[in-house]
Amino acid sequence: MTEDRRPSRARVEIRIGWAFVLPALILYAAFVLLPFAMSVFYSATRWDGIGAMTWVGLKNYATVFEVPALFESIVNAFKLLVFFSVVPVGLGLVVASVMHRVAPGRLGAVARTVLFLPQIIPLVAAGIIWGWILALPGMVNQILGWMGLGGFTRAWLGDFDWALPAVGMIGIWVLLGFCAVLLTTAMAKIDPALFESARIDGSGWFREFFSITVPLLKQEIGVCLTVTMIAALAAFDIVYVSTAGGPGNATAVPGIQIYILAFTEQRIGPASALAVLLMLLVVLVILPIQRWTRERAR
Amino acid sequence: MTLGRNEVWAGRTMLVALMAGTVLPFVSIFLTALAPSGSVPSGLDWPVDPQWQNFLEAFQVANMATLLASSTFIVVAVVPVTLLVSTMAAFAIGVLRIPGSRFLLVLFVFGLTLPFGGIIVPLYYLERFLGIYNTRLAIVLPLIALYLPFAVFWMRAHFVGVSPEISEAARVDGATTWQLFWRIHLPLARAPLASLGILTAVWTWNQFLLALVLVEDPDQRTMAGALGAFQGHYATNVPLLCAGTILILIPTLVIFILFQRQIIAALVQGAVKG
Repeated sequence: MTEDRRPSRARVEIRIGWAFVLPALILYAAFVLLPFAMSVFYSATRWDGIGAMTWVGLKNYATVFEVPALFESIVNAFKLLVFFSVVPVGLGLVVASVMHRVAPGRLGAVARTVLFLPQIIPLVAAGIIWGWILALPGMVNQILGWMGLGGFTRAWLGDFDWALPAVGMIGIWVLLGFCAVLLTTAMAKIDPALFESARIDGSGWFREFFSITVPLLKQEIGVCLTVTMIAALAAFDIVYVSTAGGPGNATAVPGIQIYILAFTEQRIGPASALAVLLMLLVVLVILPIQRWTRERAR
Repeated sequence: MTLGRNEVWAGRTMLVALMAGTVLPFVSIFLTALAPSGSVPSGLDWPVDPQWQNFLEAFQVANMATLLASSTFIVVAVVPVTLLVSTMAAFAIGVLRIPGSRFLLVLFVFGLTLPFGGIIVPLYYLERFLGIYNTRLAIVLPLIALYLPFAVFWMRAHFVGVSPEISEAARVDGATTWQLFWRIHLPLARAPLASLGILTAVWTWNQFLLALVLVEDPDQRTMAGALGAFQGHYATNVPLLCAGTILILIPTLVIFILFQRQIIAALVQGAVKG
């Protein structure tokens, strides 16, 4: 646009252009880029937040891998992936395809709204609600009792074996509706003729699901996977409120350990090393999905 | 359509079951909120003698009026600034295409997947240094910055799709860059701006980690942040905790029910484009 103008004029244009970017750039640099660089820097030091800083190189990273409680937080994050990501996306696909097939009208609209509800409330509220529901006198145990499964009742979030799946259940509750609605919206855009011809050929739900729905929704499935995987790896609110990482370290995820290391134990170095690893982990998990959706998608 | 009857019923039953699973937790905390304060009922016990005053008590002990004002202040500070600042940047990148646009875009995209937990520790020390720790500004400034990658990306996606002829025509008529932005492009961007506004408002209202770490005083926090503090104090009084949770959910639920179509659309599109 500016090529045919005189150079001085073009230079003024460029300056004006940068003036438009400047406010965003300053805020972003000050409160995202600078803290990011500080995280990397802190991760190579020993510091209690007040006293002198000592340079320790990569020692804090070794600490993260050697101390079981810290390394387990990364393992736990991957376990949560199954609940926060695999189940909501898989089940969301099934729900979307069922809604598309049997409930195009009123029921579908109501289902969309209802299933979406957990997505708009604060995660803290979800944590508190489920903290009560999974408690010993809570709803889950009561329903189990009614079903004659009284032997199964337990304090789910306080049980070493069940706490992590129980936290995962909260994630499913929050994220399923989001995935289902996103995928339903995407399905509505698929040419209906495809489904009709499949149905005229007499193909059942399974066939339709695997040969039309899943391949054509590849991009949206990628989106759901990306969003839910970030939610799993970066989980904090739900865990902090419902279990605070316990019992023991059974549900401790990186976010929780960063918080504890930095703000209760004043060990800024290891906290920052874990933070850097967390950011790296998110990128490593997200990149293959991005690549997968791009190939063949267009 | 040639759908079997059984299939239709199986599908509908599944949907209804899932809806029940989604709603039951809300029902449970509502019933519990009506039990006598300090008692420990079972999850789905019908309150024989509903204690409606629990809500009043929770409203008072949670300092709800102050909280509403505080949350509203934070949302009103974050959303317009995010919209304006990100749209200006996206305009320079997507419409003016200033030299360095590609670099700027990559720089902003870098922050797109950044977990807040990754930079929360330095943010704490940075804000102590700047002297804004424990003020509302401590939440407002980092939140705007953390939304910028998404917001710039989102608005740029809009601007890239706008025909360049519109800008050229305005230039021929002698419009300055600011007029081009304010008079021509901003009104055209109303729809993506509305979605972005809804998204950032919901995210801000629900923000917990920043509030927890950067603001000690619960009365200066967001709704979600204050709820965390409330839980800390009343963890043992389950009916009161449930009543407080419901009160804190009410504004969100009312807004969701009023604007559900826009909110769902915004959140879904937001994910797809981001």
